[in-house]
Amino acid sequence: MKVTTIAGRELRSLFLSPLAWTILGVTQLILAYLFLSQIDYYLTIQPKIAGIEGAPGVTDLVIAPLFANAAVILLLITPLLTMRLISEERRNQTLSLLFSAPLSMAEIILGKYLGIMAFMLIMIGLIVLMPLSLMAGATLDYGKLASGVIALVLLMGAFSAVGLYMSAVASQPTVAAIGSFGLLLLLWILDWAGSNSDKGSELFASLSLLHHFENLLKGLIHSADIAYYLLFIILFLTLTVRRLDNDRLQK
Amino acid sequence: MSNLIDAEQLTRYYGDNCAVNQVSFSLKKGEILGFLGPNGAGKSTTMQMLCGNLAPSDGAISINGIDLLERPKEAKAELGYLPETPPVYRELTVNEYLDYCGKLHGLKRAALQKATLFAKERCGLIDVADRLIGNLSKGFQQRTGIAQAILHSPAIIVLDEPTVGLDPIQIREIRSLIRDLGNEHGIILSTHILPEVEESCTHVQIIHQGKLVLNDDIASLKSQMVASSLTLTTTKAIEPELLQAIDGVNSIETIKDCRYRIHFYKQQNPAEQLAEKIIQSGYGLKELTPEHRSMEALFVEITNEAGK
Repeated sequence: MKVTTIAGRELRSLFLSPLAWTILGVTQLILAYLFLSQIDYYLTIQPKIAGIEGAPGVTDLVIAPLFANAAVILLLITPLLTMRLISEERRNQTLSLLFSAPLSMAEIILGKYLGIMAFMLIMIGLIVLMPLSLMAGATLDYGKLASGVIALVLLMGAFSAVGLYMSAVASQPTVAAIGSFGLLLLLWILDWAGSNSDKGSELFASLSLLHHFENLLKGLIHSADIAYYLLFIILFLTLTVRRLDNDRLQK
Repeated sequence: MSNLIDAEQLTRYYGDNCAVNQVSFSLKKGEILGFLGPNGAGKSTTMQMLCGNLAPSDGAISINGIDLLERPKEAKAELGYLPETPPVYRELTVNEYLDYCGKLHGLKRAALQKATLFAKERCGLIDVADRLIGNLSKGFQQRTGIAQAILHSPAIIVLDEPTVGLDPIQIREIRSLIRDLGNEHGIILSTHILPEVEESCTHVQIIHQGKLVLNDDIASLKSQMVASSLTLTTTKAIEPELLQAIDGVNSIETIKDCRYRIHFYKQQNPAEQLAEKIIQSGYGLKELTPEHRSMEALFVEITNEAGK
């Protein structure tokens, strides 16, 4: 109950600032452009692959690339959305309102996290509308589409958790944004180092956000990938709780 | 009756720097405790510890019989806290903000409406209820902060410098609000405005360099403020020896020509005899006033003593 109160205010505050609207608009615009060019590409190669047995369909050639692009764009954007979550409250000294209310630290963090996740779900919902519009003229592979959506939701969950943690660490929103962007990018490209396919690289690949995302995007729902994201989220939320508790203890 | 607050041996270090050093006190219902101290004395740190925003390095706090460190959620439900900077969200309206605060304290619809209306009335926020807090003046933001602290009618209200940034009329309103609230709640307020303490508090604590140097009720403090000296002005210069002979006179100090300060022993006020003597001797009595030490003087004296 109190968790949803905090989440509700967080979401409301996001929409009270022009930032959220701008981000929604810009993301939608860029992705729509990519989506249309992907359809264009599909239309040019469609005659060639029409005769091949088991050729990739519209879901593989349009939707999967769209979601992959969306992931990259959201990687750039999530830090901007999460940077203010805690650091701004700390700057404006409104954090003491939450600290002196009868709430546990975990409730505060969970409320903030759910607030930002609600925004992410709205964003993903808008993105998914684009492939759904193809229903008018094509047959979609709903299983793959669902798997792609799950992938995006889990990925956004992970991005937001990192962003929230960085916002708790940094004293200024911009520092939080740069920090979470850097960390996310590093985790994203981690398995590039592993493309040389030696032993050590397997570890990097399994740590990489991208690696697990690609599996899901192919329509392969692997419990290891799901577990990776859930553990990732829980880890960063716990770290955030610890960090805020430290505020109270040390300072 | 049990105490609303029991703070025992509160100590807080920032690194090696000891900000609050073994401070103990208690607060009962109906008391308004004024927390005085120079800048950096540890007032805000103590208040933050009382409200669970800062964990003490050592010591125990019990709020209404509930241990703050062991059962923070229950203890915090009994607390209303206004920090130095009012914790308001600038992008919300007063109504939205108070609703949010009420919900954080678990108030539900009917109770929430009643509570917010009451708080708005109490703090004079009815007219600005639909305006954005960011667009309000400092004084109204401060009042919104106070409204937030009294919203859930907590047993204890902690106000850190509640009258900062208010105009004189608002200050008077807030003081009378504090006195009203003091009837049903225990209140702690910190300030460095001394008349405020004289006017609204029942008890005073002076904290200096992290230590509690005075803990008294206001009546006995006031009796300390009656000093043992008189100011005397005459038309002609007097000979000090003449007055020195009067019972109770300790010493005579010349301030200017024909203006003297007469120190006397306590409980032996020689004003009457002095007046008679001066008139008899024809010096021409112009003024004879008992001197009051101001709260300032007392404050400076106490903090100086503690500093030594």
